[in-house]
Amino acid sequence: MNSIRRFIEKAGWPRIIIAMLLLSLFIVAPSVGVRVDQSITDTIVRFGMNGILVLGMVPMVQTGCGLNFGLPLGIIAGLLGATISIELGLTGLAGFAGAMVLAAPFALLFGWSYGKLLNRVKGDEMMIATYVGFSSVSFMCMMWMLLPYHSSKMIWGYGGAGLRTTISLEGFWLHILDNFLTVRIGSNFMFPTGMILFFAFMALIMWAFFHTKTGTAMTAVGSNPDYARAAGINVDKMRTISVIMSTVYGAIGILVFQQSFGFIQLYNGPFFMALPAVAAILIGGASVNKANITNVVIGTILFQGILTMTPSVINSAIQSDLSEVVRIIVSDGMIVYALTRVTRKSR
Amino acid sequence: MTRKTGFKDTISRLFIGNAVPIMFIILIAFAIPLSGFSSGYLIQEMVTRLGRDSFLVLSLLLPIMAGMGLNFGIVLGAMSGQIGIILVTNWGISGVGGLFLAMAVATPLAVLMGWIAGVVLNRAKGREMVTSLILGYFINGVYQLVVLYIMGKIIPIKNSAIVLSRGYGIRNAIDLKGMRQSLDKLIPLKIGDIPIPVATFIFIALLCLFIWWFAKTKLGHDMRAVGQDMAVAEDSGIKVERTRIIAIILSTVLACYGQIIFLQNIGTLNTYNSHDQTATFAVAALLIGGASVVRASIPNVFIGVILFHLMFVVAPVAGKELMGSAMIGEYFRVFVSYGIIAVSIVLYSWKRVKERERARRSLRGTKEL
Repeated sequence: MNSIRRFIEKAGWPRIIIAMLLLSLFIVAPSVGVRVDQSITDTIVRFGMNGILVLGMVPMVQTGCGLNFGLPLGIIAGLLGATISIELGLTGLAGFAGAMVLAAPFALLFGWSYGKLLNRVKGDEMMIATYVGFSSVSFMCMMWMLLPYHSSKMIWGYGGAGLRTTISLEGFWLHILDNFLTVRIGSNFMFPTGMILFFAFMALIMWAFFHTKTGTAMTAVGSNPDYARAAGINVDKMRTISVIMSTVYGAIGILVFQQSFGFIQLYNGPFFMALPAVAAILIGGASVNKANITNVVIGTILFQGILTMTPSVINSAIQSDLSEVVRIIVSDGMIVYALTRVTRKSR
Repeated sequence: MTRKTGFKDTISRLFIGNAVPIMFIILIAFAIPLSGFSSGYLIQEMVTRLGRDSFLVLSLLLPIMAGMGLNFGIVLGAMSGQIGIILVTNWGISGVGGLFLAMAVATPLAVLMGWIAGVVLNRAKGREMVTSLILGYFINGVYQLVVLYIMGKIIPIKNSAIVLSRGYGIRNAIDLKGMRQSLDKLIPLKIGDIPIPVATFIFIALLCLFIWWFAKTKLGHDMRAVGQDMAVAEDSGIKVERTRIIAIILSTVLACYGQIIFLQNIGTLNTYNSHDQTATFAVAALLIGGASVVRASIPNVFIGVILFHLMFVVAPVAGKELMGSAMIGEYFRVFVSYGIIAVSIVLYSWKRVKERERARRSLRGTKEL
């Protein structure tokens, strides 16, 4: 009994409730005619799609910059990389790699200036991040129309100017990671080895980075900025590095997301992309000032699992599509919960 | 000091203190001739929009006074108001009577929502704004659950005009035939060709009076004390948490009435979208009017509503003339709404960080002495 209580305390009620919900959805699934193997495949694919975006939350949380509601900034860098790569006519692996290489300078630049901004507004990072995200997305809405793109695959057929709202990746780098070393069992189960390997690779880089001297200094900044400063660590510099890292992971994350999803979504596409990523890492047990890679893995599986299972199971069970409502309530409820908890601890 | 420099000083202070509204006036001064709208049309639009939006923007003032920043949680009030309207439409009560009944029905719900928001925000001191924003998203999920699945199943909805054909859930758009502009046209008055929504303006004036009076009451003083320094307020015997909850409840209830007034002017309720931008636009308008996160006054509200909506009307057309595409103008006004909020919060926060540093330095100075 005692060990159960300790487990509950360690895992936290929200995580247990969500895990139970997911488990019960999987148990109920066969009885309403939903194939479990298909659902597991979908969950794994969605985990791979979103994993790196969620991973991008870790550095900023670790240095005390809070949850990165400004993720759209990184996403925009990724979108710029992808569109320029298509504009240059790159396809296949060269296109995908080219998109990453081309996105990198944007991500570094955006991340650097975003980090400088956040250093001036300590204490209000999350609110400002949210609105930096919103305003940069709406600024880019204008830019997507005005920037001089010419590729006929991307611009509106009529008028001849301005990018389309969605651009298909068919013929460029669609499923380039998904289809790498894919394992198929039967017609319903598929394991996207390439995408999961890529996630593991990105997670490994982050893990290794946090074990370097800079990485430990960053963690120190997050857990106690005054102590870190006394120890001779340049607090602002560490924070800037973490913001740059988060932004770069956002850029790469969206590219991985797109190659599996099949489309580049411009204009209002990135608007609310930060919220699911924030919710996922919180469900994984992270708080506003502490996060690690385990939180990312557990959280993304749980959250994406819920998102995969609710439409199919609930839809078959009660003939109405509750999925959107469930998504909003779970993700935003989790974020509100986390925001109200942290001050209680710090007071 | 000569009189001349004193004059210059006042002018420069006026400019610095009101940089945002002045910037907007310049921007709009360029955009209006580009758009080619007649002044008559613009004045008519502004009168309409003042009546439509002022009430909502006014509802933001009390939480700012209590030091809780911009209350993005006014969407909670907006959603309560919409539920009131849905119920009254279901009962088939129209006209001004229906409108007031909708307010009466929605009030307890708005009080409940405000209380929830207040309790949540008390647990998130120092990050009220972001919490109120996400809380708005969260309650939006609950609202959708209620309106889309519970209404018609558990809450009886008989009026087939507002229920989805599957038998439960509310339709996407509800035509508020009986209520449309019932308040605006209650006291008919036209100046030239421009209809003036006299009753709505009376309502708004009453609210301004209320806020002005409220600031002078004991509770109003408490609220400002809490806004200045919670610890000092607590020590002087003010119940800080209670005062903050009251500020949010009042704000939510006022936003609820504001949304009902807004909807009677528009004439259609978009069940799932009408409240989406309520907070963003109200906050942006207030900030454009020269308010900040810690200071806002009644004139800020009206200047802000006029400037924001002038931009709103003019931007698409000006964008079309300038760039050859109306979409650019539309994206531009959305960008301005978000951008102005971002800039205002950055400025406020920057100032706060600097003040903290200065305080620390002065502390160190006295120690050395």
